Amino acid sequence: MLKLNNISKRYGKEQGLYPFSGSVEQGQTTVVIGPSGCGKSTLLRLVTGLLQPDSGEILIDGELLSTLTLPALRLRLGYVIQEGGLFPHMTAKANISIMAKFLNWEEPRIDARIGELLDLVQLSDDYLSRYPAELSGGQRQRISLMRALMLDPDLLLMDEPLGALDPMIRFDLQNDLKKIFARLNKSVLMVTHDIGEAAFFGDELILLKQGKVVQRGTISDLTHKPADEFVTCFINAQRHKFEDNEAVAE
Amino acid sequence: MRRFFSIDYLAALLASILILPSASAAEKVIASKNFTENIILAEIATQILDSSGIVVRHEVNLGGSRILWTALLTGEIAAYPEYTGTLSAEMLAGKKIESDLELRAALEDLGIGMTERIGFNNTYVMGMLEQVAESLNISRISDLQRHPDLAFAFSNEFMDRDDGWTGLRTRYQLPQSNVRGLDHDLAYRGLESKSIDVIDLYSTDAEIEYYRIRSLEDDRNYFPDYYGVYIYRLDEDPALVEGLHRMTGKIDDQLMVTLNAAVKLEGRSEPEVAADFVKQKFSIESDIVERSLFQRFVENTRQHLILVLISLSAAICVAIPLGVVAARLPRCGQIILGISGVLQTIPSLALFVFLIPVLGIGGPPTVVALFIYSLLPIIRNTYSGLHDIPAAIRESALVIGLPAGASLRLVELPLATRSILAGIKTSAVINIGTATLGALIGAGGYGQPILTGIRLDDIGLILEGAIPAAILALLVQGIFEFIERVLLPAPMRFAQTGQRND
Ligand SMILES: Nc1ncnc2c1ncn2[C@@H]1O[C@H](COP(=O)(O)OP(=O)(O)OP(=O)(O)O)[C@@H](O)[C@H]1O
Ligand SMILES: [Mg+2]
Repeated sequence: MLKLNNISKRYGKEQGLYPFSGSVEQGQTTVVIGPSGCGKSTLLRLVTGLLQPDSGEILIDGELLSTLTLPALRLRLGYVIQEGGLFPHMTAKANISIMAKFLNWEEPRIDARIGELLDLVQLSDDYLSRYPAELSGGQRQRISLMRALMLDPDLLLMDEPLGALDPMIRFDLQNDLKKIFARLNKSVLMVTHDIGEAAFFGDELILLKQGKVVQRGTISDLTHKPADEFVTCFINAQRHKFEDNEAVAE
Repeated sequence: MRRFFSIDYLAALLASILILPSASAAEKVIASKNFTENIILAEIATQILDSSGIVVRHEVNLGGSRILWTALLTGEIAAYPEYTGTLSAEMLAGKKIESDLELRAALEDLGIGMTERIGFNNTYVMGMLEQVAESLNISRISDLQRHPDLAFAFSNEFMDRDDGWTGLRTRYQLPQSNVRGLDHDLAYRGLESKSIDVIDLYSTDAEIEYYRIRSLEDDRNYFPDYYGVYIYRLDEDPALVEGLHRMTGKIDDQLMVTLNAAVKLEGRSEPEVAADFVKQKFSIESDIVERSLFQRFVENTRQHLILVLISLSAAICVAIPLGVVAARLPRCGQIILGISGVLQTIPSLALFVFLIPVLGIGGPPTVVALFIYSLLPIIRNTYSGLHDIPAAIRESALVIGLPAGASLRLVELPLATRSILAGIKTSAVINIGTATLGALIGAGGYGQPILTGIRLDDIGLILEGAIPAAILALLVQGIFEFIERVLLPAPMRFAQTGQRND
């Protein structure tokens, strides 16, 4: 679904991301983890076309990402970021349907699709007429997810989608998200610095440090066959979260 | 002076909306500078011409000599009262003119005619209290030599000018050492209390009569002549020219002082004073229509609103796109903000002087000047409104697939609306205030009573313009608050862009 071949990005003197290769298979969730400043967002922003790679190529469903293909490809991406990136001057409904309206969908089609999505994210339609400032953080992220899913994208890109939420809400949303990914069979590229979350979602984990890949594999690869000291440190620092989640998953 | 067709057209278009100068083909405009004496003289001429069947209008308070001179050359006005000294020293500076004959010839080359002297000579004089002068037996400036103890106080202008105090002292070999610069009004008071003995004044000042001042004879011909005359376009109707010539020799220094005093000290209106004069001298009965306070208010409001509305709407249409460009292209942005910043600093009078040769007097140059002053706040606020949108929101719009244009229209401009409206509000308030200066060049509006009020030291008149201008500014603020309420969705009204963090 997504293939990255040797993409790299330099900011002035600082190498934000060293040449990176990887892929997300259909229906799989790949999670990029690592400490703050390691290049996670840089990677995601390259895939969204907000940044241009200095080298390498990005293929989405076999199509090469370029300035020419970017507009069409963006319609096939769903994007969710930490604070949701919702437009504060529009109601939840307007936020969700903005692209559908722009693409001239008929009103009934829009309403039907929003109905499906409300079901999916478990939200009452009372919230549709509210402005983002009138929603809780968790509700905002659910609306943001609805916006990302509106056009039924092939690939979901998520940058710390749960980062700003308190633990209880975060826990609920994690469970709901996981169910949604499974039900829709979506391919997901997610960024987080929370090892518990990465363990919970990731079919494959990629651990970055200062723009370089330290290790990739499943969570048990990382815990049982750490590539180096750093991996163990990084995991141990957040061990409790990871174990909480493991308990829940069972 | 010929103008470009396009600008001419534009000016005509604006003028047709702005009444001013809406002189129908036959209507003649007699104009005056913004001081009492000039207004009385222009009003007298207007009443004389009116009585001989010429359709004529008096355009009051048209600012300074430069403005009137330019308007006369371009044919916007037919005639106005001027002084021989001003003509030779300012309008025809550089030419050597030593007599009225040479002056008349030089004007003729420019297509301008000049009447014979009206009589009075409005030049600098040295003045002393009649009583003091009498007791010291002083009637000429050279008599001052004999009294080295006298205290002199001169206006700062007179102290500084080459043809002021320095030259006077040399010419008359004056020995006095107690000489200081002093505000004119204070000087009169000092004279009255006898702490000052000699001051400078103009020979036709109304105060000469009020304070019983003796003007000392300039027996060594130091001061240049400023004889009052009318100047007119040579291609004017001969009947008009003939009418102006009837004033030859009709007002001497003494009479001019009396006429000025009637307005400045007795508080009568110029048309009234002029009407009395023409009745006495020419047996002309003028029916002067004094407009009521309400009529003046309505007319001033109309003129003021038109100036503000046209200039502000044009500025909005131009400045918002410029602000968008500035926000989108940072290099371009610096240039745009720089230029509009510089334009903002041009003093309004200087701007008028630039604009008048191209656009004439009245509404059009005022509208253009107001337009220029309204740009910066709107450009700057559009720019910062767009610039301050959080990156996460701007990027979200792009990543979900909105093209740049749609993102601007659907997301960025709506989010910048508060800031843009605030810019427009600032511009509107500046505009309403600055528009009062339009009265200096005949655009009317609330500046008209303010200007007259300042000239006559009449607080009532000043308030007649200042109060409505202030109310209008408040009203406009209110209107924009209302627009803001209608335009912005609830959560945007008070909070700035960006979301609540919780
Ligand atoms: N626009 C930029 N200009 C210069 N340097 C940048 C820019 N964006 C990111 N960087 C640098 O590149 C590195 C990687 O940044 P990135 O945003 O990808 O980190 P991250 O892994 O997402 O961190 P976090 O977990 O804190 O969000 C950091 O050291 C950062 O300082
Ligand atoms: Mg980041």
